[in-house]
Amino acid sequence: MDLITPDLGLLFWTGLVFCILLFILTKFIWKPILTAVNTREQKITEALELAEKTKAEMKTMQAENQNLLKEARAERDAIVKDAKETATKMVEDAKKSAKLEAEKIAEAARMTVAAERNAAIADLKNQVATFSIEIAEKIVRADLASDEKQKALAEKMAGDINLN
Amino acid sequence: MALTKVIKSVFITLLAVFSLTLVRANNAEHTSKKPHAEKEFNVGEMIMHHIKDAHEWHLWGGHHNSTSIYLPIILLDGGLKTFSSELFYHGKSVEVIDPITNETTDYVVGKGAASNYAMFHEKIYKLHNGELKFVDGHPHNVKPLDFSITKNVLSLFIGAVLILILMGIVARFYKKNGPVAPKGLAKYLEVLIVMVRDDVAKANIGHKYKKYVPYLLTIFFFIFINNLLGLIPFLPGGANLTGNISVTLFLAVATLVVTLASSNKNYWSHIFATPGVPWPVLIILIPIELVGIFTKPFALMVRLFANMTAGHIIVLALISIIFINQNIAWGGLSVPMALFISVLELLVAFLQGFLFAMLSALFIGAAVEEAHH
Repeated sequence: MDLITPDLGLLFWTGLVFCILLFILTKFIWKPILTAVNTREQKITEALELAEKTKAEMKTMQAENQNLLKEARAERDAIVKDAKETATKMVEDAKKSAKLEAEKIAEAARMTVAAERNAAIADLKNQVATFSIEIAEKIVRADLASDEKQKALAEKMAGDINLN
Repeated sequence: MALTKVIKSVFITLLAVFSLTLVRANNAEHTSKKPHAEKEFNVGEMIMHHIKDAHEWHLWGGHHNSTSIYLPIILLDGGLKTFSSELFYHGKSVEVIDPITNETTDYVVGKGAASNYAMFHEKIYKLHNGELKFVDGHPHNVKPLDFSITKNVLSLFIGAVLILILMGIVARFYKKNGPVAPKGLAKYLEVLIVMVRDDVAKANIGHKYKKYVPYLLTIFFFIFINNLLGLIPFLPGGANLTGNISVTLFLAVATLVVTLASSNKNYWSHIFATPGVPWPVLIILIPIELVGIFTKPFALMVRLFANMTAGHIIVLALISIIFINQNIAWGGLSVPMALFISVLELLVAFLQGFLFAMLSALFIGAAVEEAHH
């Protein structure tokens, strides 16, 4: 019976000590501990959320990058194709114009050659004519250099005429 | 690997058996020489003495050559009276013979300042005509109000200081380092603090739990630390504080007060007008609900008291096997068993603290719950 009879003294001291303990612990100890623990938990949650968000962002960024890469590739292809076309066209054009020029030059050369030849032929004709006259003159002069020759010539000519 | 293990265990067993027989022989020699002068060993008396409160803190030694700390006695009997309990323990012993059972018991009359008082089974009575009047084996004298610093009160102080030191270290850690990952003592105690906050308070009270966390933490650590102190068989432990009905009564009343103070309309409407119950049934139900308000904390009180006291009794009883048989060889049986129970008590020490806090939270939760129909 003694065991289950509450004792006033101990009851009093328990009450006193417990109330003081509750007060001190609540005010100076539980508060900073719980605040720190709560703040830390919040921080951890935020950090985790941030990590998740960053991950998602990274994913979208990656997709964007992929798209960008694809576009760039397409653009590059287009540019290369364009460049190729342009180059081909340029070569073709160059070839054409070169051909044209060559033809032109050839034509001009041909014409010049023809003109030169004509001129040379004309000159040759003139010179041949001049030479012929000079030769003829020389021959005539030589034929007419002495009286006998003049007489012979005249006779020969006269003979020719006679013969006719 | 396995072979060495087997050899080792066989060797240890042989050693243990050998040493036990040696001790047995030794002991037999010893007891045969000694005359039976001492009072016969009474297990019940010894256990009851250990689990109850005392005005001294016994350290070692037996009977007349024991060493104890004599604790101050504070009486409120027509003014404050304080003196050392040494005046009782070194006082005059008076033998009384129970007229019915014919058993002899004794009480002590104090010396000096305590000469007006006598102590019987650690309870202090005022002397009437210089003696105690016994009726049915109990003194019928007046008991002065006793606010002595008894063994339990001193243990209570030690426990409170220990809690303040432990938690102070944790609080200092967080004040100094801010909200960082815990280190040292904080790492171990934070687990318990977070457990009380989340599994006890948040789980049972709901969104209003924050207000009650300090109370639940205090009650959990108060019980847990004092339970552990009670398991230490020597100073600063050994007092059966949490197995004392006065302490558990106070704690239960504290929970009752907190519950009632935080009760809302919904709580009382469930008691006086349980929704969905026809009024004739209410006539039966209201008294039951009213009694229920008090049976819940009553169960808290008895649960803690009985668990802790029972633990102490089992350990003491198992150790007593050696003394009942007057043979140290019985230690081979009683020590492992007492060890097993002591380890179990470590679990119980935690469990009872947790359960008390848990049920307190449950009752508070029921008191603050909002109607949701």
